[in-house]
Amino acid sequence: MFHDLFFSKSKGKVPKPCPIALSTRVRLARNLREFPFPGRAQSGQKKAVLSKCLEALGDVKDLKTSTSVELDELSELDRQILVERHLISLELSQSDESGGVVLSDDRSCSVMVNEEDHLRIQVLTNGLDFDKVWKLADSLDSGIESKLDYAFDQQLGFLTACPTNLGTGMRASVMMHLPGLVMSKNMDKVINAVNHLGIAVRGLFGEGSDASGSIFQISNQQTLGESETAILERLQVTLDNIVHQEKMAREKLLEDDGMRLVDKISRAVGSLKSCYLIQSSEAMDHLSLIRLAADFGFLPEKFRALADRMFIEVQPGHVQLSAGKPIEPGERDQLRAETLRKEFLRMPQLNLDPQVD
Amino acid sequence: MKCHHCESQATVHLTQIINGQMHKMDLCESCAQEKGVTNPDNLSIGSLLDNQPKIDSSTASMTCESCGTTHQDFKKGGRLGCEACYHVFRPVLEPLLDGMHAGISHLGKIPSRSVEKKTAVESEDALRKALQKAVEEENYEKAAELRDRLKKLQAQSSATA
Repeated sequence: MFHDLFFSKSKGKVPKPCPIALSTRVRLARNLREFPFPGRAQSGQKKAVLSKCLEALGDVKDLKTSTSVELDELSELDRQILVERHLISLELSQSDESGGVVLSDDRSCSVMVNEEDHLRIQVLTNGLDFDKVWKLADSLDSGIESKLDYAFDQQLGFLTACPTNLGTGMRASVMMHLPGLVMSKNMDKVINAVNHLGIAVRGLFGEGSDASGSIFQISNQQTLGESETAILERLQVTLDNIVHQEKMAREKLLEDDGMRLVDKISRAVGSLKSCYLIQSSEAMDHLSLIRLAADFGFLPEKFRALADRMFIEVQPGHVQLSAGKPIEPGERDQLRAETLRKEFLRMPQLNLDPQVD
Repeated sequence: MKCHHCESQATVHLTQIINGQMHKMDLCESCAQEKGVTNPDNLSIGSLLDNQPKIDSSTASMTCESCGTTHQDFKKGGRLGCEACYHVFRPVLEPLLDGMHAGISHLGKIPSRSVEKKTAVESEDALRKALQKAVEEENYEKAAELRDRLKKLQAQSSATA
């Protein structure tokens, strides 16, 4: 099974813990000039695009050590796992024919073929680091462009199936953990304010997903009329502002009603230690509080990393991955609870006086 | 209150902020459904174009000959079908871009191949014009030289394509 290979490679790699900003991503939308975009392409044309792209991608320097997969070869569960790891989009996972993906072995780069556009080049890293992801995405893109002819217009930039991606074709996003703003009921205000700046806020799995675990994906909405670096600089300013607001919200929660917050966190600890049936959204909300507790110093740092890992592992696909087969939701809730109990068994008491630490 | 599109009673009231300006629209259930308003995730820019009065009826019959995308398709799905669509639908697209993006001209990365191609195309054009002019002036010696250069350039560009 493809996911066995995938799982064994990434297992054991502990991501660097990062308060507030979990990960940064840049994706570039590109199309080949001589073919209609995937939404309009005939079956034969899509096939031709797939083989042309996979061949070219195999030659690109930044993808020298990578795995290339055609979606047709993947089971439903394999696809779901890739979505939960943010390596392919939901749209590609549902593609009926000629979808493909090339994943670098360290999982930092993924190139989707025949999604909404012929190519979706994506670079992902932990924490907040636009500079790193843009440099890598830019180099990857140039490498691909030296082998394939892109649809490009001097005025409109890179031509994309949806005009909202024109110009740079770049969507930069940061996954942020904002429990302070959620608990203080300020998240709506933040969403409204940043929307005015051409910046979008979505749930963990992008468009249409909910915000369980207080995790939000914040990205630029506009792609034309500014250079890539200008877009990133503008986004960075907004993100710095959100981080500041989140910190203030957390301080205020602690100051105004600290006991309630401690109670909430402590109950989350209790639930994770003693649950026997748990759905992913409830698990995410508890994990969010564990992460927050680690940020406050109530729990050792390593629990932030554990929460980050569990955010992914409590997802339905990953629970089934650990079961080794597709299982029904009820059974999943049981297995998920079992895993969480095991992982959080040795969680210490909250240290409510972290300054002494 | 009546629907913005038909005479039925409006039951869906849409408020959107586009480019910092508030737009309000009242729709009946079926028009709202048709435009995807009831599901905000699917609300496409293409359908928003429908309440822009400046689009005249002459654009309604636009079709991209290269991929078959019609103006109706674009309005419904908000997506274009191919590179050529961007030439065909430019008149309806351009007024939308202003509200959608920070500007209407690309200021980002330019693919290196596109730069080479463009200069090649331009000089090919220039050569062809010069050749035509030489023929018209009955300057056959110059025309022969230009013809050779043109052939060489065409061979080069087809070799790199």
